Amino acid sequence: MTDEHSLYGPLQDPAADAGHREHPPRVGFFTDTSVCIGCKACEVACKEWNDVPEDGLDLLGMSFDNTGMLGASSWRHVAFVEQERPLGRQDPGLTGLPTGPSATGHTAEVTADALREAPRGGGELGTGPVDLGFPSFDLPGAAGDAGNRTDFRWLMASDVCKHCTHAGCLDVCPTGALFRTEFGSVVVQPDICNGCGYCVSGCPYGVIDRRADDGRAWKCTLCYDRLRGGLEPACAKACPTDSIQFGPLDELRERADRRLEQLHEAGVAEARLYGRDPDDGVGGDGAFFLLLDDPEVYGLPPDPVVPTRDLPAMWRYAGAAASALLAATVAVFVEPGAGGRR
Amino acid sequence: MSGDDGLPREPRSDAGAADVRAGTFASGRGRGGHREETAAPADGFRSYYGRPVLKPPVWEWKVPAYLFTGGLAAGAALLAAGADLTGRPALCRTGRLGGFGALLASTYLLVADLGRPERFHHMLRVAKPTSPMSVGTWILVAYGPGSGLAAAAELLPAPWRGTRPGRLLHRAGRLGGLWAAAFAPGLASYTAVLLSQTAVPAWHEARRELPFVFTGSAAASGAGLGLLLAPVAEAAPARRLAAAGAAAELVAARLLDRRPGLETKAYTEGRAHRLRRAAEQLTLGGALAAVTVARRSRPAAAAAGLALLAGSALQRFGTFEGGVASTRDPAYVVVPQRARRNAAAEPGLGR
Repeated sequence: MTDEHSLYGPLQDPAADAGHREHPPRVGFFTDTSVCIGCKACEVACKEWNDVPEDGLDLLGMSFDNTGMLGASSWRHVAFVEQERPLGRQDPGLTGLPTGPSATGHTAEVTADALREAPRGGGELGTGPVDLGFPSFDLPGAAGDAGNRTDFRWLMASDVCKHCTHAGCLDVCPTGALFRTEFGSVVVQPDICNGCGYCVSGCPYGVIDRRADDGRAWKCTLCYDRLRGGLEPACAKACPTDSIQFGPLDELRERADRRLEQLHEAGVAEARLYGRDPDDGVGGDGAFFLLLDDPEVYGLPPDPVVPTRDLPAMWRYAGAAASALLAATVAVFVEPGAGGRR
Repeated sequence: MSGDDGLPREPRSDAGAADVRAGTFASGRGRGGHREETAAPADGFRSYYGRPVLKPPVWEWKVPAYLFTGGLAAGAALLAAGADLTGRPALCRTGRLGGFGALLASTYLLVADLGRPERFHHMLRVAKPTSPMSVGTWILVAYGPGSGLAAAAELLPAPWRGTRPGRLLHRAGRLGGLWAAAFAPGLASYTAVLLSQTAVPAWHEARRELPFVFTGSAAASGAGLGLLLAPVAEAAPARRLAAAGAAAELVAARLLDRRPGLETKAYTEGRAHRLRRAAEQLTLGGALAAVTVARRSRPAAAAAGLALLAGSALQRFGTFEGGVASTRDPAYVVVPQRARRNAAAEPGLGR
């Protein structure tokens, strides 16, 4: 392995690059968000198995997502996006109905208008049947026409540490608390971490964070203990729809490619893979995703790059600046003119 | 949103929402309530309910304060070594004691900023060139004994100087001072890499200019200390170093402001901007005073020195704040990265 490959670019075997000689194949997650139902079983299973402390029972007031983002005490995070998608030239007939994002001024305005127009001044609202989008006993489309389809969609995605091929957190850790396991994953050793906080700023995905009460950095371990015991990670085990798939990374990539092809054939043109490409800015993710919209819609950076890519250049700039400082210091002590010193 | 790929696109999921910047994720951190609201510099990007993509740095005031004291230690050590070799005892004494004092402050700030200060020594388990914090720790470890020896030689009471151990310590102090000065340029410049080797958009994007801002600032602050505490007759090199350092710092900082791209716009807005403008005025004023009135008047020299020290400190705080602001607004992450991806190729959807 050349040094460049250790810092940036495609790297076939990060575990070997980190010094593991005999090691199992690199494993990871493929999270297929097209079948995620937002049940958050992964969040719960992760908390249960890893004994992750409670981090506030907040209602964020933006959607059904009350976790917000990954953090020191949230190692899985189910993003919940509510979107209106225009249905071509069809009029979905929903104008004036309260179908906007929840808990927003928009909803309030629409609702107020609808109430004014309603025959009974809104008295019937909440008493009649309303489709909440939950699964029913009838097959979708069984009604014979577009039925009760709306121009509204929910995107759900279970986010997790990406276990990057070139991990920013791992590169900057000054204590060696973060290390590359034999499985190719990236794990913090809580008995080593001294809470310097550098990894928090090193991660291009904003995953790892420091617990305020504990002072150490925490993140997903890819259930290192379970892997060593021959078990799959708790979140993948708990996922009821196999949205979270665990396995050897090569296998997962093949499976993801097939799934993407299948979706494209089915007309889901917006499906795309995120973090699968070993040529991307972090050398490919150990945990990658199939998304139905741009990554930033899910709170993911569109084109993350490991800061270490530019490290050799940064040390060169620093070297130039240091040399200039030394030269300037020598120069200021050289007397102008050959006279005596003052 | 942009329909440039010909496909129907939905507006961002939180379009029109009034609460997209609600500081709701207060759990476990205790600062969500008084989070400073940043104006989105460019509109029209998509995000997850306007929430930040990155984590804001967990570092607080101690880290920018360390950036200042570390630079001060480096500048003072260089000045002391030069003064020692050219026979300027008062300037040498100022530099040595100031450098050692700044080192002690740096050590305190670095240890106190840790989440687990009692585990500071875990930094010494490894030496990692990819971690500027590890490199910096070892630079400090190398710099420390030399600086301490030089300071000890200065603190030796006068009656003992003539004795044999006293003369030995004097000689060791000179060696120690030179040893510290050898590591000082590294100490002054590595902190720029420390900030740039992060995913924080404003810090990473400043990687070319920041080493020059920081070494210039270190030289200006070290020289400022010399102006403040050394007699005018010996401070000529400090005055010249103040001018050179200030010039480097100000030019590099201005180049940083003019860098294209959204990331470094974080320096030109809000608190970071105010701090850096104040730093610029203080540094410029201090440097001008250093090369003019400070040649004659001791009070003027002291005032120039104070202005240079304050300017250097504010420069570090301003740079730090700019980085923090760039993590709090998803625009700094999403807009440049989206532009990069769109420009790299047009693979369309489902690449």
